[in-house]
Amino acid sequence: MDTIFTRGPSLNNRLALAIVLSALLIFVDHKVEGFKSTRVYLNSFMSPLQYLANLPRLMLSESAQRLTSQEDLLEENDKLTNQLLLMSEKLQRFDALSQENKQLRHLLDAPVRNDLRKMVAELMAVDKNPYSQQVVINKGAIDGVYLSQPIIDEKGIVGQVMEVGTTNSRVLLLADVTHAIPVRSQRNDIRFIATGSGALNELYLEHVPHSVDIKSGDVMISSGLGKIFPEGYPVGTVKEVRRDESRPFSIVTVTPMARLDRLKYLLLLWSDEDKPSDNDVDNDINSQSKDNANKADVEANGEQNSVESSVENSGTGRDTQSNATSGNEEAEDDS
Amino acid sequence: MIRKRHSVIVTTLLIALVLQIVPLPIQADLYRPDWVLIVLAYWSMALPHRVNVGVAFLTGVAVDILVGTTLGIHSLSLSISIYILAANYQRLRNYSVWQQAIVIGLLSSLYHLLTFWVQHLLTDIYFQLDYLWPVLTSMLLWPWVFWLLRKTRRQFSIT
Repeated sequence: MDTIFTRGPSLNNRLALAIVLSALLIFVDHKVEGFKSTRVYLNSFMSPLQYLANLPRLMLSESAQRLTSQEDLLEENDKLTNQLLLMSEKLQRFDALSQENKQLRHLLDAPVRNDLRKMVAELMAVDKNPYSQQVVINKGAIDGVYLSQPIIDEKGIVGQVMEVGTTNSRVLLLADVTHAIPVRSQRNDIRFIATGSGALNELYLEHVPHSVDIKSGDVMISSGLGKIFPEGYPVGTVKEVRRDESRPFSIVTVTPMARLDRLKYLLLLWSDEDKPSDNDVDNDINSQSKDNANKADVEANGEQNSVESSVENSGTGRDTQSNATSGNEEAEDDS
Repeated sequence: MIRKRHSVIVTTLLIALVLQIVPLPIQADLYRPDWVLIVLAYWSMALPHRVNVGVAFLTGVAVDILVGTTLGIHSLSLSISIYILAANYQRLRNYSVWQQAIVIGLLSSLYHLLTFWVQHLLTDIYFQLDYLWPVLTSMLLWPWVFWLLRKTRRQFSIT
């Protein structure tokens, strides 16, 4: 080793080069839109490390699963059977209602809301970066995941895909400071924008005048205006409205519906209108997410669909629905 | 010989990267030490002509990809921190391990503040003192990592 005659550029020059390169990277990654596709390759390149890091947790949960007592399993089974029964009862009414809704919408010449394609994903890792709220899921470009794809859990909207890798992708949660979602109040249809606060259990409503009719307990649902999130999924409930007259706007805090701190299974939604819904993907859905699936049946986006295309779409929607019901009936027989 | 040296350094860095992103319970997550910074610090102190700003930059890009921050943030802060170390390695080598731990603590706080500062320019985030817990854990971890890595280095006789 040579201590006096160093090879290559001097340390100062190296630092200058590193700083310039970093600044360039920050600029390109932050400002240039076309760079996103490069990021996909970079993410896939590094994903083995992510799988490796996830291994201990995987092993822990595996062993915990093996060690569950039979009593616990029986208890859980009972609970789930009950839940299934209740859900399928709801579903029976739901079918009739959604059929009726479709017919009424036809009569009104309003576009029929068509079914959404969806897929179950599992949480892989939660980010340790304290400045942002992100999670990594185990579905990626090979499963058809795309940028800013909406993601929900069994309670409500969770967030959107911010980076796609080949086999996994990164989800920006609702609560991130850089995230905003257009919502409307379920009670009176007033539109707001909900931005993340950086804390997992809080969102803020932006620019709410003092005179607006809003009170704590109001349910906020997605309004579908941003073209990213489909319409009608629950986002959160208003926790507190502070009307301080010395401020230009009231401060409204919202608690997200989705339990962002304990995510496990997530549902990816395909809200593209031009993409045909894939039936084989629908098979991916297991029973635990059926209530979501049914919610999706009626509350799909489809604002600009012509009536003709929606007729065929509603046909496929009916098919999947009947599949779902028959599945439920089988489950009932089993129980 | 050269192959072996590279592979050992790269392996320790990869282990540090994995430890940096291993999912932990939220309570423990706050105190996660800066594994990558510590391992880089050791190598740049022990072999300043092999591992310095260049390696720090590349590792920083890897951290950025893994953690999901804007590319360049961690590479910038790691490069600057390691530069300070590599420029003063002769003095730092003569310090006792505990004095070195204090230096590592200072370096780690610089690293966190730089990361925060750059991210603050890009998005509006606010500083919480909680973000500086890793400084303390990194300081406490340094003697053990130092001992372990020195043992590894002597085992494989890397110079």
